[in-house]
Amino acid sequence: MPTIEHNGKSFEVDEDGFLLKGDDFNQEWVDYVKGVEGISEMTDEHVKVIDALQEYYKKNGIAPMVRILSKTTGFPLKRIYELFPSGPGKGACKMAGLPKPTGCV
Amino acid sequence: MAKRETPLLDQLESGPWPSFVTDIKRQAETKPECWDILGILELSYKDRITHWKHGGIVGVFGYGGGIVGRYADVPEQFPGVEHFHTVRVAQPASKYYSTENLRGLMNLWEKYGSGMTNFHGSTGDIILLGTRTENLEPFFWDLTHDMGQDLGGSGSNLRTPANCIGMSRCEWSCYDTEEACHSLTLKYQDEIHRPAFPYKFKFKFSGCPNDCVASIARSDISVIGTWRDAIRIDQAAVKEYIAGNYPANGGAHSGRDWGKFDITKEVIELCPTNCMWMEGSELKIDAAECTRCMHCINAMPRALRPGLDKGASICVGAKAPILDGAQFSTLIVPFIKMSPDNEFEELVEFIEKVWDWWMEVGKNRERVGETMQRVGLPTFLSVMGIDPLPQHVKEPRSNPYVFWKEEEVEGGFERDIDEFRAAHKA
Repeated sequence: MPTIEHNGKSFEVDEDGFLLKGDDFNQEWVDYVKGVEGISEMTDEHVKVIDALQEYYKKNGIAPMVRILSKTTGFPLKRIYELFPSGPGKGACKMAGLPKPTGCV
Repeated sequence: MAKRETPLLDQLESGPWPSFVTDIKRQAETKPECWDILGILELSYKDRITHWKHGGIVGVFGYGGGIVGRYADVPEQFPGVEHFHTVRVAQPASKYYSTENLRGLMNLWEKYGSGMTNFHGSTGDIILLGTRTENLEPFFWDLTHDMGQDLGGSGSNLRTPANCIGMSRCEWSCYDTEEACHSLTLKYQDEIHRPAFPYKFKFKFSGCPNDCVASIARSDISVIGTWRDAIRIDQAAVKEYIAGNYPANGGAHSGRDWGKFDITKEVIELCPTNCMWMEGSELKIDAAECTRCMHCINAMPRALRPGLDKGASICVGAKAPILDGAQFSTLIVPFIKMSPDNEFEELVEFIEKVWDWWMEVGKNRERVGETMQRVGLPTFLSVMGIDPLPQHVKEPRSNPYVFWKEEEVEGGFERDIDEFRAAHKA
């Protein structure tokens, strides 16, 4: 599996650039994903989405359904795509350090 | 990339059917990485197991689906298919093409991909098989800017809708399936490209109950054309069939001698409701008893035609077995008008009502057909604001576990045991 170096930190990731170990999550990771997922500047809104994903994942062991993410953050799906151009799965979950979405995608 | 030895696959080059192995080898002459497609497949034939890794999340900015990521689990051995992502491209309604358009698409795919395709995926998309992550955005740029085409759907969203060829080349189509498919695809671009549903959701449009796009089995909302007046009969043409001048079923059974056409045996006695008979030399149909199964029309296409008061039935809920069993769609709306003039207003209203409800109550990865099973058909009908009809069931329930709403029961559910005991000693 590839290793990514960013600002002196290294991260083990899979082919799609998802963290293999959620514990590796830190600010450098956020900064790195920002670059590859087309996010020009981190805002409070980005942080709110990341926090909501991590909190839900810690509590439930899975990523929330899209409409639950919209409900807890108050952001409609359109806004989430404005914040994360790759969408809640490939963009936000990757940045939050959650495991890669699976199933019939 | 070097040529690969493929003794097992080579056997699939014999026989009369077009060989996919021969085709891939031909492509490999100009795109050598195609040898690795054959190589990894040969290895799978040998090992009897797939050599693709689990899952894969790739895409283009702005969309949450459309591309299925895939990586080889033996990349050192087959570097040509280390990344082998599949791109779903939206197909034109009915899949009519100009060679100009196909040449344009193929030029793009030779430039950015393996050159291999699937025409088409089961859902209907043009499938472009095999490319690398870094090619996705440039391919998407050219596809949209040069070709004016878009990606199809994947993920928990509205998948690419599909239709039978409808009025373009079929005399039985009861509404314009192509226009319906095209206009709803455009209307719901957001729902196709950005997954927002509990699970996948599909539309399919068939012009008549022959259902050439298999909507009843392969779509969450199946729109199947029908009519509600009488079948149109051309008695002169009926005589030609009886005389043997017109071949039954358009000559579909001409490969074998089935004897002379016998209208009684092949049509009247096969009618599922027995609503047909001959009066002298005239064919009669009791329209009120006809279930519009299409058999007589299929058998005598030059003599019988669907009625003039045309529209469609809407059935809901078809799905494959996972999780709780395969389902066909079940009839919900027996008849609606399907008109491009009002942008299929009745259907659109129905679809959005289903979505509003299912997006709220559907569990994670629960198809709408399963949600309906979980809450029950009566609940589904009531949230849809549809009055129950005898046509909603094949037969009434045989068990007596009937739920009543409190307001339907005189005196309600609040009862006092002491009051009961006053009349009935313990």
